[in-house]
Amino acid sequence: MSKVVIDGVSKVFGSTKALERIDLEIADNDFLCILGPSGCGKSTLLRIVAGLEVPSTGKALLDGQPVERPGPDRGMVFQSYTLFPWLTVRENILFGTRSTPAKTDSLMVKVGLKGFENHYPKQLSGGMQQRTALARALANDPKILLLDEPFGALDNQTRALMQELLLGIWEADRKTVLFVTHDIDEAIFMASRVAVMSARPGRLKTIVPVALPHPRHYTMKTTPEFSALKARLTEEIRLEAIKAMEAAAA
Amino acid sequence: MTPLKPVGPGARVALGLAFFVLFFAAWAAATFGGYVSPTFLADPLTMVREGVNLMVQHGFIKDIGITIWRVFGGFLLAAAIGIPLGMMMGAYKPVEAFFEPFISFSRYLPASAFIPLLILWAGTGEAQKLLVIFVGSFFQIVLMVAVAVGNTRRDLVEAAYTLGASDRGIVTRVLFPAAAPEIAEISRLVLGWAWTYVIVAELIGASSGIGHMIMDSQALLNTGQIIFGIVVIGIIGLVSDYLFKALNRRLFPWSLA
Repeated sequence: MSKVVIDGVSKVFGSTKALERIDLEIADNDFLCILGPSGCGKSTLLRIVAGLEVPSTGKALLDGQPVERPGPDRGMVFQSYTLFPWLTVRENILFGTRSTPAKTDSLMVKVGLKGFENHYPKQLSGGMQQRTALARALANDPKILLLDEPFGALDNQTRALMQELLLGIWEADRKTVLFVTHDIDEAIFMASRVAVMSARPGRLKTIVPVALPHPRHYTMKTTPEFSALKARLTEEIRLEAIKAMEAAAA
Repeated sequence: MTPLKPVGPGARVALGLAFFVLFFAAWAAATFGGYVSPTFLADPLTMVREGVNLMVQHGFIKDIGITIWRVFGGFLLAAAIGIPLGMMMGAYKPVEAFFEPFISFSRYLPASAFIPLLILWAGTGEAQKLLVIFVGSFFQIVLMVAVAVGNTRRDLVEAAYTLGASDRGIVTRVLFPAAAPEIAEISRLVLGWAWTYVIVAELIGASSGIGHMIMDSQALLNTGQIIFGIVVIGIIGLVSDYLFKALNRRLFPWSLA
């Protein structure tokens, strides 16, 4: 059965239409990337699934249950660094109501945080902080992982490593992932499907399946199949980016 | 000088001491040089002599102890009620809407103007002294704590919700720890103000304390004792401020780099 159903969701902020009638299904074990230009409402859509925003019309459902408020069944990693600064790395990962010391310890090894247990977030680099945030979300054992441009603030090299880390975790567990990004390479490299959104008001423009085999290696980014997908998505996004710019100028 | 360029630790101490030296030199020149009459301003040596005299003959150390107890007593009372109320206001907007206008009004009522009323209500005993400090500190603490709690980063609150925190858990596990260093800083600030209120409270209707001694010395035109009293207040204030800062650094290592 479908894990997440987004059913006719629109969102209006004041006089601004952010989202218009989005219908989308995310199946169990899916890795769906939502790709769109800045300001297209893709983060808003994710926040509606998380229960952090209320849709103006329509609803989001998780396993048939309407989403009404945030909950531990939907883990989230934000673009901003949201570790609790007063807790150490280990205490942060233990924060979730369903996290346990055993899960925390094994996740710290998995995301490469061994030896940093007692560091405070301030003492960590951006990449390390996002590793911790990812481990914190996973330790709570959510049904679905929601990621809102989690690597957007990282430098290119760190970002590439983080993509490999997340993809490796997904290939091992196949935990359902909904990943928001404006980075085309990032979307193709990790996703099973890429949902392209239009400029504001955000609509679902097209869904492109990514039929690249798993496990994926970073060298895949230079294959012809990858390049063909990239060319296609670049074209789709470019049009929307132009529209977004024109709308902003008008 | 280059703006904002830091100064080395040695130079910092030397510069800080230099001003004290300069200050005392000017004071000594004015008094020993005969430019200012001893009736208005005692010279530094007289001040020290009077200070020793106060300590040895008049049991001034007891006055100091009483004043310290009043400051901390009144301050702790204000903090014990003010911090929880401020937190409630910061966390729950209806609570804030209920109390905020009245407390914003009350914070501008000068604590010293309440002294006659408080004497009427509570006499001239310890309760009245504590109340003056309470009135002076409480409203400030409440409002500043409410602002500190209300300014907690929203994304931290959201992250906690997605990790399963309850509404109550948000207050106890996010809002309070996030605002704790700032609450400690507010406490340090308000404790400093409490020192000015206590002296005012002791100037009127008191039979002990540093302020009372200053009042007595004024009747005797003993400017040496007055200055000694003022210097003692300054030193205690400086020491308690330093201790408070050190405590905050120990309690909240995470808020420093």
